[in-house]
Amino acid sequence: MNYNADEKGYYGEFGGAFIPEMLYPNVEELRQNYLKLMYEDSFQKEFNQLLKDYVGRPSPLYFAKRLSEKHGCKIYLKREDLNHTGAHKINNTIGQILMAQKLGKTRIIAETGAGQHGVATATVCALMGMECIVYMGEIDIARQAPNVARMKMLGAEVRPAKSGSRTLKDATNEAIRDWINNPIDTHYIIGSAIGPHPYPDMVTRFQSIISEEIKWQLKEHEGRENPDYVVACIGGGSNAAGTYYHFLDQPEVGIIAVEAAGKGVNSGESAATSALGKVGIIHGCKTMLMQTTDGQITEPYSISAGLDYPGVGPMHSHLFKSGRAEFYSATDDEAMAAGLELSQLEGIIPAIETGHAFAIFEHKKFKKDDVVVISLSGRGDKDLNTYIDYFKLA
Amino acid sequence: MSNRITTKLQEDKKLLSIYFTAGYPALNDTVQIIQDLEKNGVDMIEIGLPFSDPLADGPTIQESSTAALKNGMTTEIIFNQLKDIRKTVSIPLIIMGYFNPMLQYGVEAFCKKCQEIGIDGLIMPDLPLDVYKEDYEATFKKYGLINIFLITPQTSDARIRQIDDASNGFIYMVSSASVTGSKSGFGQEQENYFERIASMNLKNPQIVGFGIKDEETFKQATKTAKGAIIGSAFIKHLTANGTDKTAEFTKLIR
Repeated sequence: MNYNADEKGYYGEFGGAFIPEMLYPNVEELRQNYLKLMYEDSFQKEFNQLLKDYVGRPSPLYFAKRLSEKHGCKIYLKREDLNHTGAHKINNTIGQILMAQKLGKTRIIAETGAGQHGVATATVCALMGMECIVYMGEIDIARQAPNVARMKMLGAEVRPAKSGSRTLKDATNEAIRDWINNPIDTHYIIGSAIGPHPYPDMVTRFQSIISEEIKWQLKEHEGRENPDYVVACIGGGSNAAGTYYHFLDQPEVGIIAVEAAGKGVNSGESAATSALGKVGIIHGCKTMLMQTTDGQITEPYSISAGLDYPGVGPMHSHLFKSGRAEFYSATDDEAMAAGLELSQLEGIIPAIETGHAFAIFEHKKFKKDDVVVISLSGRGDKDLNTYIDYFKLA
Repeated sequence: MSNRITTKLQEDKKLLSIYFTAGYPALNDTVQIIQDLEKNGVDMIEIGLPFSDPLADGPTIQESSTAALKNGMTTEIIFNQLKDIRKTVSIPLIIMGYFNPMLQYGVEAFCKKCQEIGIDGLIMPDLPLDVYKEDYEATFKKYGLINIFLITPQTSDARIRQIDDASNGFIYMVSSASVTGSKSGFGQEQENYFERIASMNLKNPQIVGFGIKDEETFKQATKTAKGAIIGSAFIKHLTANGTDKTAEFTKLIR
């Protein structure tokens, strides 16, 4: 089975480009050019140079000894939290800002949930001297104040999305509306493996550096390129897509996704799309989607702003439906406990999003010799206020 | 295919079409609004199926959609409200909405219901041309529904030709690069665009939408086009004046 996008951007039955005609010229321009541009030697050279000198790649693959002892398997952490700006998000924004330049765009827009993608976008815009507008839900602006401040300091304008649930979904709507209103000079840097084709495929390819590095790094550690499992948390699914990419066609590698169950999958306050979703259309692609029977998109909930999205990237819907990946979901409490455990066993405070991936041990028992690579997608600095409130640290 | 839209397009006049969101201001206003619009000389109506995430709409239609959903509007309820509409209303009726609610209802079931009620066409901005042709054209045609596509000032001539080929009613000409309800007045850029489209001699007439709000913009838009669609301005009127002052609104247009 093929797990990558076909020419029209379909992963099995999922994907495509369900966009209003107003967006067609922009999306079509991108579709026609993205592969050609991103695999030009000059593009690859510049991209890889920036990833090395500016982002700090390769990010380490770290053998987590104490965590391994605790959970009875061999756990490696892919340290995306050590990237510049503190998460995997910058791999994609570096790629897309170069793409925007090649397409002659001068103005950048982005959506953000936790603020990590917004910061990563504001960062590359500062680096390249481009105008930057980041849409962010009003609620997220309140719960991710440090990231809002970072974006402003980097010179970006942060515009609140005040409609709907005032979180990531609504920020994405506003960014799309901005793009409709500014079709000539603007490039929209989508931060997750979502949106109309070619976005899911393009974002996945820019993030695929994660699994590319895991392969040679694991070879150094273990003498083999393929782990037994790769584990990632999933909101829209960009860190997961990058973590899985080079293992999709390696059947011996188990692929594990952990979604946000919020207060419990069936509590009515959850973001566990694979469990609660049905096939539908959101933000320009056909994918698994939390919605009412009437097709209205429902408002998700998670303690982590970055997983608070009612859909999941089309690649992940396909991995779920085809059975290629195992999907689990972790509650707020499980994710917070896993984050605390990682902090105290390994001295690494993860983002709350990332905490969900580490909650896998609540749900799945690994064998002693299993090599499990977990994507440590982001660091927890931005979540300190939530941690303080939750664990009464003040 | 004979259909109320194609018949209406043959009339020797500029057509005034009005959009409103079903379920707004109150859940059960739908039929009254339609009847009043026809009584006041409106030529065609777009009945908006509210959606939680209307990507192509500005704040006015977003807010009316949110309010309609809060009022409890669903696809099933709209169909129920409209079931006897053809006993009192004879102008073309079009359902305009986003594709996901239609997909969830079932595309064939949705089209069948439209035919039973006497709906003449559909505007689904996020159902793209290629998907429509490949997967749904046959179903739309089976139930006598005209699918209406959008074009914008950025749409290339080649793409406009494709859309013209796939259309069998009219082309919805978006006046400017914008979401609904956001531009005020038309400038040289629109004039040029209207001229460019007029000179293409398309087989389908064009009806202009987005940015029409009064007599002046209606006249500008219909200088070359067959008609114009008003949405946000009418919803603002409903919000400010309620549902019983439709005549006051239509008088301002022509």
